[in-house]
Amino acid sequence: MDYVIWVAVITELFIILSTSLNLTVGVAGVLSLAHAAFYGIGAYCSALLSQNIGTPFWFNVLVGSALAGVFGLLLGIPSLKLRGDYMAIATLGFGEIIRVGLNNWESFTGGAAGIAGIPRPSLFGFRFDSPERYLVLVSFFTVVSVIIIYRIANSPFGNILKAIREDPVAAEALGKNTTYYKILALVIGSVFAGMTGALYACYITFIHPSNFTLFESIFVLCMVVLGGMGSIKGSVIGAIVLVTLPELLRFVGIPSGLVAPCRQILYSIALIFLMLFRPRGIWGESDITKS
Amino acid sequence: MLSQLIINGIIAGSIYALIAIGYTMVYGVLKFINFAHGELFTLGGYFTYLFFVVCKLNFVFSCVLAILAVMLTGILIERIAYRPLREKSRLATLITAIGISIFLQNIIILAFGSRVKSIRFSGMGQSLEVMGVFITPIQIAIFFATVILMIITFLFINKTKLGKAMRSVTDSIKTAQILGINVDRAISTTFALGSALAAIAGILVSLDQDMWPTMGINAGLRAFTAAVLGGIGNIRGAVLGGFVIGLVENIAIWNLPSGLKDMIAFLILLCILWFRPIGLLGKVKDEAV
Repeated sequence: MDYVIWVAVITELFIILSTSLNLTVGVAGVLSLAHAAFYGIGAYCSALLSQNIGTPFWFNVLVGSALAGVFGLLLGIPSLKLRGDYMAIATLGFGEIIRVGLNNWESFTGGAAGIAGIPRPSLFGFRFDSPERYLVLVSFFTVVSVIIIYRIANSPFGNILKAIREDPVAAEALGKNTTYYKILALVIGSVFAGMTGALYACYITFIHPSNFTLFESIFVLCMVVLGGMGSIKGSVIGAIVLVTLPELLRFVGIPSGLVAPCRQILYSIALIFLMLFRPRGIWGESDITKS
Repeated sequence: MLSQLIINGIIAGSIYALIAIGYTMVYGVLKFINFAHGELFTLGGYFTYLFFVVCKLNFVFSCVLAILAVMLTGILIERIAYRPLREKSRLATLITAIGISIFLQNIIILAFGSRVKSIRFSGMGQSLEVMGVFITPIQIAIFFATVILMIITFLFINKTKLGKAMRSVTDSIKTAQILGINVDRAISTTFALGSALAAIAGILVSLDQDMWPTMGINAGLRAFTAAVLGGIGNIRGAVLGGFVIGLVENIAIWNLPSGLKDMIAFLILLCILWFRPIGLLGKVKDEAV
């Protein structure tokens, strides 16, 4: 039962990650390969706060999200004037710098050993210490986040993002500052990623830099591509499918050492085939392959 | 101490330069970042391991087979994964290339395991001391092989008919097509040449150091940085960029903690993208990123 709850919590965390990345990649058309870095910033920020200062849970989540947003802004301002693929590479470089930084700044982040013993959260004297209680807490955050992201994607602001994605020149001609809107889309995405990181840190209670690698970003990107660019519903389904399906690999008798490479091969083949044969994904409203 | 670091930087730079030429050539013809190029470098080492250590073939023959196998892989990747997307957006091709890169890494892990492998000869890895600087015969070979290969590449691109076709495709695929140049063949040649250079770089590194399945990520990202630094699409720029990255990385650890070495290439990459996206040798008329 605990295993089922564990899968459910991880699935919900990835639902927040994939829907928020979809806001950046799918709705605004800004390919970010730094999502895991923002996720990591949120996780480390809340873990360090709760361990070193002992600040309450809601405060850590808030500061973790805000710090990820600030980093998103710092990355976005100089990078988002670049053309699509170069911007993607800039976000990749940024993500690697964060990961190498977490790995090597030992006195502050614990280096490659990571941070262990992160306290479980409590709100108004109620402790979320059992898996069931934590599932309730994460479900609340997931539902609220998905609703907010859905509302943003379908708001007038979201429509401007879609216009920029479809035709940046036309959007510019209508007087929209495309760089400004793209930066906002990146910042909103990174705030949600930071929040997810803070939730993850106090659920797992042990984090280390290899939780937040480039592969993790690509994994979330797989969910977005599978579900369909711009479709929030699709990203939810994409996250559920890609987190739970590989769990089945554990039960079909593949040696545990081979599970990770087999999973990654499945993801990579899915990514290639989707791009070649169904670039819209399941419910995508936009086709990323048109130039 | 400093002279040792400079030598180390030049050796590392030679490898980066060899890989960077492939990145920059593919960018030249297809205008996209072939993210899977680093894995061709890894495959060069592993194919040599397969033929030389596992199949116990003659060493030179193993190397030739490995280079041919990697060239074939490169051509096949272009055929299967990139050609259908040629008219599509660059983001789609970039995502496909990332998929190919993860696919190849994990195939290598399944085939050879994730532990490090080595094909070093006994004796060849021993350091010689020349004027207070330690250097292995393999490292000397890396440097000279790189210089020779670069000269061959320049001659191929500038003096042969296929090279001429590649250059015209680089200028404009449409114009080349109108003039009756076989564009598909020119693009395949570009991938074959880039793959061969990456494979040779992989073989040279695997003779000098241990190899592991994901080593292509680090080397590939540094080589990509080198290509951007030199001005993407510009072959001389890629060579210059490779040596600059190798030297800066190695000299910087003189004063900085060694953990930061991994960060330097990315810092250079971000600074170049932010402040001079056309690179050192790029011309303004070239397409700015």
